[in-house]
Amino acid sequence: MNVQKQNHSSEQQEQILKDQKKQRKASYQNLMLSVSSILLFFFIWEMVALLKLVPEHYLAPPEAIFRLLIIKIHDPNPDGAVLTVNILSSLQISFTGFIAAILIGVPLGWLMGWYRVVDSVVNPIFDIVRPIPPVAWIPLTIVWMGVGLKAKATIVFLSAFIPCVINSYTGIRQTNPVLIHVGKTCGASDFTIFWKIGIPSAMTMTFTGIKLAIGNAWSTLVAAEMLAASSGLGYMILQGRNFGRTDIVMLGVLAIGIIGTIIITLFSHLENVVLRWKRK
Amino acid sequence: MAIEKEVILQLKNIEQSYVVDNSVKQAVKDVSFNVYKNEFLVILGPGHCGKSVLLNIISGLESAQKGQVYLGAEPLAGVDRRISLVFQRLALLPWMTVIDNVAFGLRMAGIAKAERRKIAQKYINLVGLQGFEKSYPSQLSGGMKQRVGIARAYAVNPEILLMDEPFGQLDAQTRYAMQEEILRIWQQEKKTVIFVTNNIEEAVYLGDRIILLSSCPAHVKAEYEIQMEKPRNTVDPEFLRIRKEISDNTDLAL
Repeated sequence: MNVQKQNHSSEQQEQILKDQKKQRKASYQNLMLSVSSILLFFFIWEMVALLKLVPEHYLAPPEAIFRLLIIKIHDPNPDGAVLTVNILSSLQISFTGFIAAILIGVPLGWLMGWYRVVDSVVNPIFDIVRPIPPVAWIPLTIVWMGVGLKAKATIVFLSAFIPCVINSYTGIRQTNPVLIHVGKTCGASDFTIFWKIGIPSAMTMTFTGIKLAIGNAWSTLVAAEMLAASSGLGYMILQGRNFGRTDIVMLGVLAIGIIGTIIITLFSHLENVVLRWKRK
Repeated sequence: MAIEKEVILQLKNIEQSYVVDNSVKQAVKDVSFNVYKNEFLVILGPGHCGKSVLLNIISGLESAQKGQVYLGAEPLAGVDRRISLVFQRLALLPWMTVIDNVAFGLRMAGIAKAERRKIAQKYINLVGLQGFEKSYPSQLSGGMKQRVGIARAYAVNPEILLMDEPFGQLDAQTRYAMQEEILRIWQQEKKTVIFVTNNIEEAVYLGDRIILLSSCPAHVKAEYEIQMEKPRNTVDPEFLRIRKEISDNTDLAL
């Protein structure tokens, strides 16, 4: 009995096309629902502002914030930098810390999960560092490294590092023992099994860790910038508060939310490419 | 059927026990038997006792506390490339395509890419999976996955194939189909096969010889040589007679 790929008859093909059409229609409807939910959100916000349910200096209407967005692209007032500079400054810091956290945290988690010795050496220190909120390091990093890129990237690093380690550690620990046996009976060395079987097995969890790390990195960054900075989105928000400009604060908050969403989405796409074998 | 009785693998007084909850539990007790070249040997045992332990010892994943396994004339020391395994649970690497899974053992043996592709393709064809080379395991049915497992075990050109209840997880229909398949493959690519199962009918259908293990601790209870022509008819009176004889002699697994 040979298994052959089926050749679909024209009738089956028609059915498949029909199903695909149905699926496309359903996903289009879902997209429209999501778009309407965002529009509704802005509509209610606009209404609240228009009807003056809240004073204007508490809550600026969306259209004012949109106008401010256009202005902020070329006008450095009141915080001293244009919006794009603030965004780039924030991105630079968060990526520096975040990439360092992946490069160090992920391999460390894998090694801890696979090699007992590494685990015994690193785990006690890691356990102590883990519960410390990253922002608690801010005073120290300012003393050690000033208020520049290095200090803030370090804070970001500490917040992103922890989920990277924990998830890649857990992931490699969950390697199916049968697959390890497959490696052994094929005559693979322990390191080859670690490399060819352990790490691929850990990939799903590792990506979860990296996505958590992105969230952490981005939110800690804003906290760090609000305490010590001369540009960046967090700094812009802080200055908005100092000048009593809620519209500046809102613009900063929205920019943070939207950019965070974009980064996470890009990463999910990368995950789908790397883990394409999971697709059914 | 004229089988040349050349001993290829020999088990001598194998014993193995484990400590479970502070008491010693013996899993295998004084097991000795020979495996002959190119035969289809079935190890039949009730429940879960001893069989997998015995296979782990033969495959070199575990070493026996007492006794020795000989491969040819020399004692077996750890994992040996001349022995290859088909696993009980579906043990494919999910992130690799079918062809990469089949070629995995060859890759570990350091064979060049072009060569291992060629060999892998040959065994993919042998198990009837041509057209699925680029599929991932998650896209295959249970029976197809186990075919990949069989192709992978054959691809490294071992002297002995160990199959650890390879069809235990399949549904009944697929299981029958795969039993026919494994016979076809075995007749096409003559190798020594040691096939472990707890299913009496499967044992009588496949085996040139059946070694019946007792319940815990496992020791050799009886040995049957089955002369019937293959493929066997499962409702043939002779088939049913052998099946009943073995069944009457089998310990109940509770």
